[in-house]
Amino acid sequence: MASTTPTQIDTAPPVSTSKRSTGRAGDKIFAGLSKGSGILLLVIMASIAVFLTYRASIALSKNEGNFLTTFDWNASANPPVFGIAVLLFGTVVSSIIAMVIAVPIAVGIALFISHYAPRRLAAPIAYVVDLLAAVPSIIYGIWGALFLVPQLAGLNLWLDEYLGWTYVFDKTQVGVARSLFTVGILLAIMILPIVTSVSREVFLQVPRMNEEAALALGATRWEVIRMSVLPFGRSGVISASMLGLGRALGETMAVATVLSPSFLISGHILDPGGGTFAQNIAAKFDEANEFGRDALIASGLVLFLLTLLVNGAARLIIARRKDFSGANA
Amino acid sequence: MAKRIDVSGLSAFYGSHKAIDDISMTVEPRSVTAFIGPSGCGKSTFLRTLNRMHEVTPGGRVEGKVMLDDENLYGAGVDPVAVRRTVGMVFQRPNPFPTMSIFDNVAAGLRLNGNFKKSELGDIVERSLQGANLWNEVKDRLNKPGSGLSGGQQQRLCIARAIAVEPQVLLMDEPCSALDPISTLAIEDLIGELKERFTIVIVTHNMQQAARVSDRTAFFNLSAVGQPGKLIEIDDTDRIFSNPSVQATEDYISGRFG
Repeated sequence: MASTTPTQIDTAPPVSTSKRSTGRAGDKIFAGLSKGSGILLLVIMASIAVFLTYRASIALSKNEGNFLTTFDWNASANPPVFGIAVLLFGTVVSSIIAMVIAVPIAVGIALFISHYAPRRLAAPIAYVVDLLAAVPSIIYGIWGALFLVPQLAGLNLWLDEYLGWTYVFDKTQVGVARSLFTVGILLAIMILPIVTSVSREVFLQVPRMNEEAALALGATRWEVIRMSVLPFGRSGVISASMLGLGRALGETMAVATVLSPSFLISGHILDPGGGTFAQNIAAKFDEANEFGRDALIASGLVLFLLTLLVNGAARLIIARRKDFSGANA
Repeated sequence: MAKRIDVSGLSAFYGSHKAIDDISMTVEPRSVTAFIGPSGCGKSTFLRTLNRMHEVTPGGRVEGKVMLDDENLYGAGVDPVAVRRTVGMVFQRPNPFPTMSIFDNVAAGLRLNGNFKKSELGDIVERSLQGANLWNEVKDRLNKPGSGLSGGQQQRLCIARAIAVEPQVLLMDEPCSALDPISTLAIEDLIGELKERFTIVIVTHNMQQAARVSDRTAFFNLSAVGQPGKLIEIDDTDRIFSNPSVQATEDYISGRFG
C-alpha cells in the first residue's frame, strides 16, 4: 500500500476524493459485517484448534502408554496409561455401518421425492424426513436402548446363523444387542434426514433440458435418472454423505445410551462392546480430574483431525472429475 | 427410413388451458417442414406432441391423432418411450449430457437401445459425427467432455446424438436461436444433407431460415393472448413466401405484425 500512495496523490483529481466520501454508509456497514463474520469464523476455528492442541499436548507428554495402540483408558492412574485404538476402531466401524445403510436409502428417498412421487405426496414426505432431523439425539438414544436393542435380537440371530461364516456377523457373545452394529443402525436413522434433504435439493436442480435430452432419446424414467440425474447429482450426494458422516463420527448421546462400552477391539460387530470418541468423552468427562480431561481432549483432537481428513478426501473426489461435473455446463 | 406424419384433429392442453386447437396436417417424408408464427402460438407445443414430449410437462395432455405411416402415436398401448426412440429431437439450447464425453454423448441413445459391440459402437459414433459435420473437429478428443465444445459444436453434437439411433423423424425446436451466424449456417447446411435420410420438422423464429431450409412451411397464429394457437395454413415454402393464400400469413411474413 505504501508504495502506491504517492502515485495516488499525484494522479487522483479532487473529484475522486469527493466521490469516495459519498460512499453509502450501508455499503460500508455491510462490507464490514461480512468481513467481520468471515474473520470471526477463522478466529473461532483457530482458537478451538489451539485449545485442543495445547490441552492435548499436556496429556500426551505424560502418557506412559502408546497413545495410538493402547487398548486402555486409565488417565487418572499413576502413571497414566491411555490409547485411542479402540475408540478409533469403534468410531470408524459404526460410521461405516451407518453410511452403508443410510446413503442408499437416502438417495432412494431423495429420488422418490424429486422424481417419482406425485406432487401432493412429495411435500409431506419431504416434511416428515426433515422432521426426523428435529428429534434430539438423546431421544434417539432412549428409543434405541429401549426399543431398537430388543427388537434387533431376532435380526442378530438371523445374521449370526446365515452370515456367521463371514466372521463379521459371527455373534460370539450371548446378550442384548448393545453392539457397534446397533449403534450403526441408529446412526443411519439419525443421518438419514441430512443426507436425504441435501441430495433431494441437488436432484431438483438438475436442469430440465438435461432430463429432456435423455427423454427425447427414448429413455425410461430410470434411464433418465441414470443418464442425467445421478451423474449431475454425484458430487452433491458425496457432499451430503460427508455431512452425514460428520454427524455420525461425532454423535455422542445416542451412542452413549445404546452402546455397552468396553476397551476391546472385536471384528464381530454383533457383540456388545467397543467405544467411540464422543461416547468415551461423554462417559468419562464428569468424573475425570484435570489431567483426565486433558487426556479426553487429546482424543477429541483426533476426532477433529479425522473429520478434517474425511472432508478433505471428499473434496478431492469431487474435484477429480470437475470437468464432467455438469456444474460448468 | 423416413416416414410420413399425418396429424388430424390434434389439441394440446396445459392443465385446463388449451394451447393448440384442432390441428391437422401432413408432413412428407424426406423433406423439411418449417413451423413459423409469433411467440406463444403453440408451434413448439405442437412439435413436442409429435414425439409425445408434451406430456412430460406437468399437466400436459393431448387429444387427437398423430399417424406415423400407419401407426397412431397416441393409440392405446403405444409406449411413449418407444415413440421417442423413433422420433428424435433437437432442442433450442444445446443440451449435451454434461457428465459424458463426446463419444458417450453420441453413444447414449445406442446404449439405451441395446447391446452393441465396442467396434460397432465406434463405427456408428464416427458415422453419426460425420453425418453432423463434426467428426473432423472432435476426432482427436472424443473422450473429452461434450460441454467443453462451442455452442455451435454442441448443437451439432446433439444432432449427432439424435441421428445415431437412426430415427424416422427428426424434430428441431429452434435449433439455431442460441447460435451465431456461422454456426447457424453450418446447421442449415447440415439440415439440407439430413433431409435425404430423415423427415425433418423445424420450428424457427427466423423467416429467412424457414425460406432457406424448408420445402414446406406451416404458419401458426393465435387470435389473442390466452387463446389457443391454430394452424393458419401449410403450403410449399415458395408459395408461402411469395403468394400465401391467407392474408394473416402475408401480414406476418411482410413484418406487419409479430
